[in-house]
Amino acid sequence: MKKKLNLRKATPWLSAIGLFVLWELIVRIFNIPPYVLPTPSESIIVGWQFHEAIWMHAYHTLYTTLAGFAIAVVFGVVLGALVGSSRAIYDAANPLLVGFNSVPKVALVPVLVMWFGIGTVPAIITAFLISFFPIVVNVATGLATLEPELRDVLRSLGATRRDILIKVGFPRAMPYFFASLKVAITLAFVGSVISETVASNVGVGYLMLSASSKFNMPLVFAGLLVIAVMGIAMYEIFNVIERRSTKWANRGNPTN
Amino acid sequence: MSKSFVELNDVKLRYSEGDELALETTNMKIDKGEFIAVVGPSGCGKSSLLKLVSGLMPPSEGNVIVDGKEVSGPLKIVGMAFQNPTLLPWRTTLDNVLLPMEIVKPHRNRLRKHRAEYEERARKLLATVGLEGHEDKYPWELSGGMQQRASLCRSLIHEPDLLMLDEPFGALDAFTREELWDILQNLWMIKPFTVILVTHDLREAAYLADTIYVMSKRPGKILVERENTLPRPRDQETTFTQPFTDLVHELRSHIRDVREA
Repeated sequence: MKKKLNLRKATPWLSAIGLFVLWELIVRIFNIPPYVLPTPSESIIVGWQFHEAIWMHAYHTLYTTLAGFAIAVVFGVVLGALVGSSRAIYDAANPLLVGFNSVPKVALVPVLVMWFGIGTVPAIITAFLISFFPIVVNVATGLATLEPELRDVLRSLGATRRDILIKVGFPRAMPYFFASLKVAITLAFVGSVISETVASNVGVGYLMLSASSKFNMPLVFAGLLVIAVMGIAMYEIFNVIERRSTKWANRGNPTN
Repeated sequence: MSKSFVELNDVKLRYSEGDELALETTNMKIDKGEFIAVVGPSGCGKSSLLKLVSGLMPPSEGNVIVDGKEVSGPLKIVGMAFQNPTLLPWRTTLDNVLLPMEIVKPHRNRLRKHRAEYEERARKLLATVGLEGHEDKYPWELSGGMQQRASLCRSLIHEPDLLMLDEPFGALDAFTREELWDILQNLWMIKPFTVILVTHDLREAAYLADTIYVMSKRPGKILVERENTLPRPRDQETTFTQPFTDLVHELRSHIRDVREA
């Protein structure tokens, strides 16, 4: 049992290392030039050489991402609660939300730049815009799928709408909410990096753009790796929070 | 004769304007502390009847009177249990049973201060349905029968004057079901409350109810009102006596007529 658990824990590391080994081998065997595809070892070495600059840019990206994400969580929960608890608001908001979500957010960056100038603000807003949608949808779904019998039980006890929302709606929506956070945080990275690439002079997106303009492909890939690592770390943090706070949804089984 | 606790006067129900009737002119009088059962083919509006009495649905015509007042919105202290136990999975059995106390006045304002007293009350009630020692378990750790017992406790913890049961034992195996009949009968005999039980199990109706109403196919209509004077407490032996089987036969033939009509 213990052995099996250890193996399970090791699996993600093994698969990551396997991917790097495969990548390294392919580049070496087919002799791919580094300006097309650098080896992972090269990328990591270059990444280490520039680690101070990368650290500064990565820190900035993390900050804009989390700022945008935080706004998305607040906005998403409020809008999700409204949409999920009222049929009329759902009908009114749904087409707008879907339409808005279909607009590629990269197309909005120039608009944001016109309004706020280049730099941090458009990156935060892009991260927010791209990541709030799944939160709204999941919170609304969690609230709207309340069993009608349960609602009847509560209403015939004299429960107000607010009672029902607090006692049943929100606790019931928690697993949906946390599941959406995992999706939203990775999307927030997409948003901030896009905006940094188009209109900023700081952040990993900007770093990669400027590295590629100098044909420094290993540094570009080092930037990609940094974003991926930050994404995984954030995802894992929310994964742990989810498992701890909604144990009941996994029937008390934390490894599920 | 004592005044009825629940009265339905010429009640008709359609789900929306222009729809055909779901419930045809219905009249009912239920005394305080009376245990009634409503039987009928599926889709005959039995469950709608519960919603009308508890005020979750307004009648299209006629009126419903409970405790001398016309029902105009959800009644505030009705206990309800359904075929699906609808326990909250993030709460322990004890906390599930205490849910009504967090909503019903005046308990909701007293609960925080007198938590121990309320927990004691819930534990006692759980013990009477045989759930002693399971108070801190989560619903998924309980069997279907145990969940239904907990659901029954939740519907009774605030000592409602009116209990609505919508096929509460429908999904249980025969042995568990008959055990729960006894539990329900016991609780009711200790301190009678008014019960409306909707079921399609004729033996269940004959075992538990004082009065049995047979409803027709849609649009639902009460065809027969049958008093059941079998002595209480009724037990396993009762179900093998001639009067009991005669009663079940009689109900069965009514249902047969309804289905063939």
